[in-house]
Amino acid sequence: MSDRIFGVFGILLAIGYVFAAFAIEESFLSDAVGPKAFPLIIATVLGLSGAAIALRPDPEPAWPALGRLAEIAAAAVVMILYAELLPVIGFVIATAFAAAYLAWRLGSSLLEAAAVGIGTSVGIYTIFHLVLGLSLARGPLGF
Amino acid sequence: MDLFASLGDGFAVALTWQNLALALLGCFLGTVMGALPGLGPSNGVAILIPLAFTMGLGPTPALILLTSVYYGAMYGGRISSILLNIPGDEPAMMTCLDGHPMARKGMAGEALALSGIASFVGAFFATWGLALLAPQLVKIALLFGPAEYFALFALAFMTLGGVSSTNQAKAAFAAALGLGLATIGVDTQTGVPRFTFGEVHLYDGLDFLVAIVGLFALSEVFIFLEHRHGGSDAAGKKMEIGRLTPPMSMLKACTPTMLRTSVLGFIAGVLPGAGASLGSFISYTMEKRLVDKEGTFGTGDPRGVAAPEAGNNAAAGGALVPMLALGVPGSGTTAVLLAVLLALNITPGPLLFTQNPDVVWGLIAALFIANFMLLALNIPMVGLFTRLLLIPSRVLMPIVAMVSFVGIYGISGSSFDLLVMIGFGVMGWVLRKFDVPLVPIILGTLLGNSMENNLRRAVTIDNGNWWTLVDSPLALTLWGIAIVGFILPLFFGARVKAGMRARRDEEGSISD
Repeated sequence: MSDRIFGVFGILLAIGYVFAAFAIEESFLSDAVGPKAFPLIIATVLGLSGAAIALRPDPEPAWPALGRLAEIAAAAVVMILYAELLPVIGFVIATAFAAAYLAWRLGSSLLEAAAVGIGTSVGIYTIFHLVLGLSLARGPLGF
Repeated sequence: MDLFASLGDGFAVALTWQNLALALLGCFLGTVMGALPGLGPSNGVAILIPLAFTMGLGPTPALILLTSVYYGAMYGGRISSILLNIPGDEPAMMTCLDGHPMARKGMAGEALALSGIASFVGAFFATWGLALLAPQLVKIALLFGPAEYFALFALAFMTLGGVSSTNQAKAAFAAALGLGLATIGVDTQTGVPRFTFGEVHLYDGLDFLVAIVGLFALSEVFIFLEHRHGGSDAAGKKMEIGRLTPPMSMLKACTPTMLRTSVLGFIAGVLPGAGASLGSFISYTMEKRLVDKEGTFGTGDPRGVAAPEAGNNAAAGGALVPMLALGVPGSGTTAVLLAVLLALNITPGPLLFTQNPDVVWGLIAALFIANFMLLALNIPMVGLFTRLLLIPSRVLMPIVAMVSFVGIYGISGSSFDLLVMIGFGVMGWVLRKFDVPLVPIILGTLLGNSMENNLRRAVTIDNGNWWTLVDSPLALTLWGIAIVGFILPLFFGARVKAGMRARRDEEGSISD
């Protein structure tokens, strides 16, 4: 069933892609092929392979339980927050929290998670910023 | 004699302190990444790309660093295969079959040393093969026009699915998805924006480095989170290594095996779409047919350890041939290496050999040097790497994730790219669940633009005549190979894949 849904999603993606391709405004100076032809070829392949997947599905993949899915969603949210907050609170603090969160969710005790967070953050800061001179996000505290 | 002159120049480039130090660093990091389950050659190289940029390395040093990592990972994968029966990366899975039984018999040290020597033989022959074959392939590639290049790209995509996936439709889907992602941004020929939906950040197109790090490195973190696999596989297991010198008789018995599988692995590596995993698989299978008369394979036969290791290292070198000579990588890790070259504004292919011979021959010379370094690192110092296996993944994975973020942020300094990378990470996780191979996606985003440009150039040169694409014998040959390469696995692939699948886990989608 999963593969059928996936295949249909592929077909829909191909259709959306075709519409977006037709929406491309052609410039008056164009080559013989134009900017639309290649995307249309790709959309055809995408649609056909989507149809093939939907018609001949593989065995069901092993989906994780709902709790595990929530785990992944939560990790993605933390990473998004990390990306957004990085320029605001600075590299060292943001990284320490994000790494500690991941370590905690992978089964570290709180103390170990904190150690991993701080260790990762300070370690990366030392190697990449102090030694290699990469400019990392600066927070209000200057690091 | 040309070859030796070029190689001599190459050694002159490679033998600087900086390049030697980078090769050593790459070998060390590569072995570590190969040994740790969860990090393999392709995601290992991917997270190190930003490091190469940050250090402000030129093309040659950057390539030396990253290909040393690639070679190193091929050596390192065997360590956990032998000691723990868990392949450190995908190409090492066949090494488990005989390596672990040897370790259980108390011959872990011999198995490690023998596989190290086999890796060396395979990689050494493959590097010679690279030096000999790549310039010949360049001569053919010089005959290619835009139509032939278009056919070549099509060939790469159509054959890639054959081995890397169980389902051709999913491989085709992945390739189309990657090519589609590549079309995002301003059209290079006419300057009109495509599929940008008014988002200014998308006008430049998606950065393929962001896609690679997201798909390869972050999706791995999600896989570990899904299983809450936080411990170390080595915890609680006894890892006795024992003597590190294999007896002469064992080496002698394995020599023909190593030589045969080096050749076979190299050929497997050069062929598009195969890569190191297939190299080790067919090497093991062939040796089993040829020399396993008493049925000792699978019970700790040293030849069963030597065969896949020589095979996968030879294939790793072989896979560099099409990447450097044609600009069309045949495997996951070489795709990542191509991304490095493109990001450094170097276009691989025949012109690379004429315009930047220092890059090519410097790299080849560095690979020879790296090989000796790896032999030295992997036999006497193997104990150090086995201790690294004790690092639990609840410590390792946060570091992998954060290094990925730092690398991408360091290149662009934009939160938008980080968000795109997270998107790719989640997408990679979902696609791996569906068993969609990730390598065609990467290859699509890398080659999409040049594939389209060649198509448009070919048709425009011929005044809009699309038949020009199949107008030359060379193009027709390439299309023929492409079609055969796509159709053949539909009939014969199932058996080979079933054999490979029997031993693979979720690392499968990031094959290399």
